[in-house]
Amino acid sequence: MIRKWSATNNMTITFILLGSVIFLFIIVPLLKMIVTSDPKILLETALDSQVISSIGLTLYAALIATAIGFLLGVPLAYLLARFDFPGKNLVEGLIDVPIVVPHIAAGIALLFVFGRSFLVGKAFHLIGIDFFDSVAGIIVAMLFVSIPFLINSAKEGFRKVDVRLEKVSRTLGASPWQAFFKVSLPLAWRSIVAGSVMMWARGISEFAAVIILAYHPMVASTIVYERFETYGLDYARPVAVLLILVCLISFIVLRLLVYRGQKT
Amino acid sequence: MIQVKNLCVDLGVFHLKDINLTVDEGEYFIVLGPTGAGKTVLLESIAGLYPVKSGQIWLRGKEVTRLEPEKRNISIVYQDHALFPHLSAAGNILFGLKLQRRPRQELDKVLDWLSDLLGIAHLLDRSPDTLSGGEKQKVALARALSTKPEVLLLDEPLSALDPETREGVQRELRQLHNQLKVTTIHVTHDFDEAIALGDHIAVLGEGSIKQVGTPEQVFHQPNSEFVARFAMARNIFAGEVLETENGSIVFRTEGTELAVATDLRGRLHASVRPEDILVSPEPLLSSARNSFCGTITHIADRGSTFYLTVNLPPDFICLVTRRSLDEMGLAEGQKVYITFKASAVHIF
Repeated sequence: MIRKWSATNNMTITFILLGSVIFLFIIVPLLKMIVTSDPKILLETALDSQVISSIGLTLYAALIATAIGFLLGVPLAYLLARFDFPGKNLVEGLIDVPIVVPHIAAGIALLFVFGRSFLVGKAFHLIGIDFFDSVAGIIVAMLFVSIPFLINSAKEGFRKVDVRLEKVSRTLGASPWQAFFKVSLPLAWRSIVAGSVMMWARGISEFAAVIILAYHPMVASTIVYERFETYGLDYARPVAVLLILVCLISFIVLRLLVYRGQKT
Repeated sequence: MIQVKNLCVDLGVFHLKDINLTVDEGEYFIVLGPTGAGKTVLLESIAGLYPVKSGQIWLRGKEVTRLEPEKRNISIVYQDHALFPHLSAAGNILFGLKLQRRPRQELDKVLDWLSDLLGIAHLLDRSPDTLSGGEKQKVALARALSTKPEVLLLDEPLSALDPETREGVQRELRQLHNQLKVTTIHVTHDFDEAIALGDHIAVLGEGSIKQVGTPEQVFHQPNSEFVARFAMARNIFAGEVLETENGSIVFRTEGTELAVATDLRGRLHASVRPEDILVSPEPLLSSARNSFCGTITHIADRGSTFYLTVNLPPDFICLVTRRSLDEMGLAEGQKVYITFKASAVHIF
């Protein structure tokens, strides 16, 4: 139950103090970087065609990764929410692995499957898709590291849908497909969208796995890194600020869309 | 109409085994059993929602054991109603017909028919989570009836309701069935509900059917402990509630008229708890409106208490303590007076 503020006892006050520290820790660096930026340089950076195209590429690649994740992840999430089978715990554990392994290692692991000299890479090469230094490579890297967020959130969403709602729909004439699309999916929709937003966000922020597969074309994080390495902090900062602003605005808008009308 | 033959269902912890049932066209069939007896699973097996291990289910002369639920035309109403929370009441009711892409006029017609039938016209635009238990129940019934099912399955439809609503809904279920004559299978753990509604009752216990019969048969010749316990613990009579010439309300059964306090009229049931009946060798002077003379035909020893069977007719079971029995010197064949208040008679 959520109570209104009535910060009168010691524990509540202590918790407010401790909570404030970590909240400030999150917000101060981001805020400071944004407010201390020179608007003139920021504007110049925003008009830099290399920066614009890299931010665009980042958003786009993360979106495609999320779309692929949606198509392949939602069915798996449904199976995990609805059925018990031997080894289910193992499967659920393995799905979380991309979150816990170092992403630089994940990138190398992906290279061993999607590289042109390996089976999957070869097969895709035949239909004209290469993953080394290409947008496809960026998408694969983003997909790998961010898919657990979508699967886990969708799974929780489906789990909260009473099985009997599906059963009732079947007795009313719905096929298993119709029961899924008319009952389960709409009822789990909010969780699935929230998971997709998280996945997209995680994709945008990925750097390590991406550069192993595709240093070029450069995603936004790669540009920040390159300018930092080549020219120093002053040149890296405006790009970083711009990336943060674009992400913040996108997520605020998406959150508003997702949670709109939830409090009824 | 429906035949269940040697049905076996695996429930993990236990099994439903060798279930045999025959339900006739238009019948109101009750499956009575304690909580956890597998009643819901039995219904789900009949609807095709739960895998059957062995045995057969026949519907109108066709075997449907392995048929998908959407092809059986059997509707189900769950205990907690299971309304689709993302749809309005009307959206819930029309769910099945919309799947079939029926024309708008037909949807409107069915919606009008069902909202008249169940008195829910004012609820149609509401979201399920704003409805009371009784209202949800009616919407769930309307949804189940919308597809004109051959069989209606009711899973403990009254147990989620508060006592006052329950009595009303129970009466409405009876009226609805009299009107529509949809073959109905209703599972419950409530003995009164079973007696009041059932044309036939099947008693389910420990995974198998213990007894099948009319309410009177099951009640008067119980062959399971589960039923016998209820039968011993209650006096249940079938009869009629009517108003006498002098304006008092009585329940007439087997030539005896019990004074009752109820607004219901017609063919109904009455029950009196054995512990609410006073037994005395002489007539008692009291405010209780019911006082009858009868003969003790049987005394059953239950340790510190005794169940007396007193025949008026009908037979009344009365509970007395060992001490009372000794002090009054009650014995079989003796004439006694039984006394209870009109308000102790429960009409259903």
